[in-house]
Order: sequence, then structure tokens, then C-alpha cells
Amino acid sequence: MAGVRLLVGTAKGAFVARAGADRREWEIDGPFFGGWQVMHVQGSPVDPDRIWASQWTDWHGQVIQRSDDGGRTWAPVGNAFTYASDPGTHLWYDGTPHPWEFARVWHLAPSPVDRDIVFAGVEDAGLFRSTDGGDTWQELPGLREHPTGHDWQPGAGGLCLHTIIIDPGNPQRMYVAISAAGAFRSDDGGQTWRLVTRGLRSEHLPEPEATAGHCVHKLAMHPSRPDTVFMQKHWDVCRTDDAGENWTEVSGDLPSDFGFPVAVHPHQPETVYVIPILSDSEHYPPDGALRVARSRTGGNTWELLSKGLPQQHARTNVLRDALAVDSLDPCGLYFGTTGGHLFASSDEGDSWAAIAEHLPRIHSVEVQVLT
Amino acid sequence: MTVVRVALPSHLRNLAKLTGEAQVEVVGEPTLGAVLEALEASHPALLGTIRDRETGQRRAFMRFFACGRDLSLESLDAPLPGEVAAGSEALRIVGAIAGG
Repeated sequence: MAGVRLLVGTAKGAFVARAGADRREWEIDGPFFGGWQVMHVQGSPVDPDRIWASQWTDWHGQVIQRSDDGGRTWAPVGNAFTYASDPGTHLWYDGTPHPWEFARVWHLAPSPVDRDIVFAGVEDAGLFRSTDGGDTWQELPGLREHPTGHDWQPGAGGLCLHTIIIDPGNPQRMYVAISAAGAFRSDDGGQTWRLVTRGLRSEHLPEPEATAGHCVHKLAMHPSRPDTVFMQKHWDVCRTDDAGENWTEVSGDLPSDFGFPVAVHPHQPETVYVIPILSDSEHYPPDGALRVARSRTGGNTWELLSKGLPQQHARTNVLRDALAVDSLDPCGLYFGTTGGHLFASSDEGDSWAAIAEHLPRIHSVEVQVLT
Repeated sequence: MTVVRVALPSHLRNLAKLTGEAQVEVVGEPTLGAVLEALEASHPALLGTIRDRETGQRRAFMRFFACGRDLSLESLDAPLPGEVAAGSEALRIVGAIAGG
């Protein structure tokens, strides 16, 4: 049956929600892995019933699970994430050298062309790849060995590689983002990387226009325009139209340009979504009103979408992987809050309804369209 | 060959798809290290979840108890209590209380 499937990672397990193509009636399964911190759940574009989940706890460390039946049953796969070379040190919060240590997998990016290949972005920052469906993982060390690596400092959440974008038209082209190192591009499948941050400006840096050190929160790309990438930075929403060589701020009339996720409309490459958050110390929306901002002009001019969303006392956050867009027409949008509410829109963001409330803190939301 | 009973916390029982205690076969004297090795060999999903995969060191929030004793700080080569080797007591792998 045609429909959509949501993959939701939370602080106490994973949930799978299913609906028909009208996206009205939702059936929610879970929690899977109850009690575990689930950072990200993501399916293969090649085989949507193949899904990976990253889970961890302080007690038991990192586990990766895989489902081959659309999220109904799961089995552990490989959890050995060993850096390919002596990682040495990066800078700690206080500016002193700190040993590079694996902590957890933040983000999973299945290959757009091969069901057995999946990439993992980890803390401390590194990019791993599995070519056997997640049974074994090998680091692509060129990123961590970037000449600026020893100067990278963690963001508040850790030195995490949280974003991996693979160009479906040319899988050799990849973008990643690391908090708080910056955005990087590879043109050779992840072997070598360029730091692509020219034009970014961050007041928390001694030199605001420095090459490295920008706290990039999320990147989003439309598959038809792989040279155009939108960025939600710690502060500022930015875009590049030359594959990261130059960035321009497009925050425009947003009520706040702080936030975490950013997403691009599946059929309109100049329609972009962000969720404004008041500030980096007040991780909740301005005025206690939860609103999604949509630009139909590629940034700068934004409309605030609030119908069906709480407009008072909303002191909740939306994390970087917790906004997803489906490819139906009109497209659906989905996001989850740190307060455990899962919202959906089936009309491009014009109106919203909660499809689940009082879930644990939501880390991630992904959507699959099933045919 | 000795059969040793191992009691696991619920998250690890779920991960290993166990409904009760694990029973692991150990060749030679059942030391803590030998039991952990046998447990991980028979239930590979547990690799890395009790101790570091590379160093073999216990994860910080895991504890090893048996016969009313805390064995967590003992050498991996130390023999387990006789009751564990005899099968009348289980080696208990416990998640430490952390939080409020």
C-alpha cells in the first residue's frame, strides 16, 4: 500500500509511525530499544525496508541495529568504530589538547545507490563507512586528518559529525558538517575533504571570519541542485550556490536566526524551511510560539507557519535531525520536539497536527515514501 | 569444561535475545576474563557493551558481583568464587546506579 513511514529516534527508544498517502490516520509502533538513547534512524533509499538505528547508553556504549522488514523486527549489527590511524588530540572546551575518543554515532546516511553501503558520522568527529550492511565499519580518515583537525573544538553537544549529504546524481560528491569545526566537501567519495566556509561569520570566534571553528548545525540540499546548499548555523541561515566555495547569509526577516534543522522542499528547490529558536542559551522559540519558517525565495523573506502549532507556553526545542520532508505532492513535513511532541503537515507546512504527544525527547525524525 | 551461569541486566538480555540467565561454557579455570570471553563469543551482540572491545577494560558503569562480593576491581585473570564455578551461584553483571 502506498503511504509514508516515519522513523523517530528519542532519548528512550525508537518509534515507527505509518500512514496512508493521505497522511491522516497514523499507527505508531514502539518503543523499540526502550531505555536506549536513539540518535538517528534512517532507511536505505535503494531498499526502504532496510533501516539502521544508532543507539547508546552510558552503561553499554554504542549499538547499531538493522531492520530488513521496514522496522518491524531488528537485530544488532557491528558496533566496532575504530579510528583508522592514531587520532591524537583535538582542543577541549578550555582550549587544551584532549585525546580523540569515540563516543557515539550521531547520524546515519545510507548510500543512494547501494543497499549495503551506509555512512556513519560519529563523535569525536569522524566519518565511517560500512559496505556490508553495517556488519563492519571502516573509517575514511581523510576528514579527521584534515590539517585543521587538531584545532577543532566541540560544540555544546560534543565534537560531533552530525550531517552527511550524498549527491544522488554523483555519489562521489559529499558534504558533511561538524560542530564546531565547519562544513566540508568531498569530490572523491569521502577520501579527501575541503573545508568550505568562506563567507561564514561567527561572533564566538576570535576571528569571526576564520576558516575553521564555525558551529554548523545542519545542511540541506535539493537533489536537482547539488551546488546549492542551505545551512542553519549556530546563528545565521546561509546558502551557497557554488558547492560551498562561498556562503551568503539569508536570515532576512526571521524572528531569530538561531536554530537547528533546515530542510528543502522536494519539488521547489528555492523553498526552504527552518524552525527559529530564541537563542543558544534559551533553547525555545521566540514568544513561546512554535512556528516553522518557510521561504519561497531561497531565503531572506520568510513566512511563519503556525496553524495547528502551540502558540503559547511552547518552551521546547527542535533538534537538528528532527525535521523531515516527504516527496509527495503536496509535500508533507514532520518534526519532533524535545518535549516529545511529533507534528505533521500534509500541505507543505500550511497547517499542522500532532500525531503523537508525550513521547520522550525527540532526537530525530526521518520519513520514507512507500510505493 | 565448566558451565557458568551469568545474570545480565535487562537491556543486555534484550540485546542478546535471552529470557533468563546466560549459561556459558568455559574451558579451564573459570576466571572473570574467561567467562566474559565465552559470553561474548556465544552472544556477539554483547561485544563492547560490558567492556571495551579493544582494551578489555570494564565499562565505567558496569559492575561484576558474585556471592555477595564486588569483583569489579579484580583482575580479569582472578579465579571466580567456587560457587560460581560449581554452578550454584551466578556471576551477576550489573548496571551501576547513575542518576537520581
